[in-house]
Amino acid sequence: MLDMRGVRKTFHAGTPNEVRSLAGVDLTVDAASFVVVIGTNGSGKSTLLNAVAGTFPLDQGSIRLDGADISKWPEYRRARWIGRVFQNPFSGTAPGLSIAENLSLAARRGRPRGLGWALEAGLRGQMRDVVSRLHMGLEDRLDNPIGTLSGGQRQALTLLMATWLQPKLLLLDEHTAALDPKSADQVIRLSEEIVERDHLTTLMVTHSMHQAATLGDRLIMMHRGRVIYDFHGAEKRRLRPEDLLARFEEVRRAEQLDEGAAEMLRRVYV
Amino acid sequence: MSLLIGALSIGLILSLLALGVLLSFRIFAFPDITAEGSLTLGAAVAATLLTHGWSPLAATAAGFLAGTVSGAATGTLHTRFGINGLLAGILVMTALYSVNLHIMGRSNIPLMGAATLTTVAEAVGRRLLGGVESVHLWGWEVSSRDLSVLLCSAAGTAAVGAILYWFFRTNLGTAMRATGDNDQMIRALGVNHGNMITLGLAVSNGLIALAGALLAQYQGFADVQMGIGMVVWGLASVIIGEALVGTRQLGFAIAGAVMGSVLFRLLVAIALRWGLNPNDLKLITAVFVFLALILPGLLEKLQTRRQRSHA
Repeated sequence: MLDMRGVRKTFHAGTPNEVRSLAGVDLTVDAASFVVVIGTNGSGKSTLLNAVAGTFPLDQGSIRLDGADISKWPEYRRARWIGRVFQNPFSGTAPGLSIAENLSLAARRGRPRGLGWALEAGLRGQMRDVVSRLHMGLEDRLDNPIGTLSGGQRQALTLLMATWLQPKLLLLDEHTAALDPKSADQVIRLSEEIVERDHLTTLMVTHSMHQAATLGDRLIMMHRGRVIYDFHGAEKRRLRPEDLLARFEEVRRAEQLDEGAAEMLRRVYV
Repeated sequence: MSLLIGALSIGLILSLLALGVLLSFRIFAFPDITAEGSLTLGAAVAATLLTHGWSPLAATAAGFLAGTVSGAATGTLHTRFGINGLLAGILVMTALYSVNLHIMGRSNIPLMGAATLTTVAEAVGRRLLGGVESVHLWGWEVSSRDLSVLLCSAAGTAAVGAILYWFFRTNLGTAMRATGDNDQMIRALGVNHGNMITLGLAVSNGLIALAGALLAQYQGFADVQMGIGMVVWGLASVIIGEALVGTRQLGFAIAGAVMGSVLFRLLVAIALRWGLNPNDLKLITAVFVFLALILPGLLEKLQTRRQRSHA
């Protein structure tokens, strides 16, 4: 479904702030696979998702989605096939518009928008149905501005919006990191339910080792802009949070060793 | 009384300017200065065509369309070429000054004797009122010509407001409002947000040019200077409207801008009547907008300080 080849991205190239975010990523994701992405801070996890979504142009490499080369497509064009939920619960919804209006925007994701009435009766009925399944009581508040809702409620709605029209690929970018534990739990369970129900191909970035161990059928770990571990199938199912923490520790030690070695060499030769 | 009716009529005509400013400044948070040029553009196009014998309705529509083109130009400079929004507006506004002079051929076109929407409104009023010169309204003697112009302005403004409300409720209009609210989200939902801004500025400046076209026909001339200070004027109307009815709902925001424009024009008429020097008008308008912009923050600061001193 998704095929990334030699994807590279450096931000602020040639300045003191140069950041090598993606240093040659090759990744192939099968259809209906749920991939969890973990990694240290600045390892390029979110950049990986943004590269697929088209937030910035790539320096090198290609991205294919369902056979089509989307590397040069602008962000809004890729949105036709890609549903996204952001880390910031305020990023995925328009606060001044009502719940119903936000959902109506999602109901036409990637489709032409003309002069038809946005909140037609059929769509409204469908909204009540779908929103009532959240058990948040929001189905009676469809005309309230979405800005008056809590972060958890807004994130749950963003998830509904991202998957209202079935996307070929769902991108979840640490979408529970900014929520309180209870809301985070709710949103994660909802994500799992939707992904399973619609057999969605999914990439989910997370900082939670618990989520990483329990969710998905594949796990990749990123470090310094590369994929350094890739666990599938039975191997993925056996992983526990402690195993993942051990891997992080391994990476950290290797890093220290590198720095220690460099320091020693400097002392000897410079 | 005729002063009051005149102020109401101009207030209603300029409420189209306020609606345009509402769209650019409030819905997109885009400080669009093009308005100063596009208001004159609408007046210039309409007046020139009227003196060439066009029908008033067609000439006014042409003024509106010219305004949409100027708004699209600002939008294109901003979204395609990445020019800062304020600067894009200044560039187009400056260019429009020359364009307007070319269209008019001179700096002022009088419309005396030409058939305009004002004469049409007067004719309609004469037929409805049975040809009387003046009518009594709550004990006041009112010229039937002034009254029919006022009623037609009110009807026209109501129609434009209703169309705008309907437009904002369509799929396209909803996407446009969301673009101003959260552009990251709207791109993730597959909307080309640059095109949306360009389209929005086109509509905004179309409305402003329409206000210019109507104003020229109301006052009986088009002048190349008539756009000066109009952005601040529109902004003052929007701010008054927000104070009157709040910003919570779309319908209120539209009605508020219209009410704000009428009330502001009324206040100005009263101030001028009391002997305000007309030369000071723009200074006072600017000071008013300045105060309206900083007062909410200032009041909040005062309140927190008071709470802290209580605690």
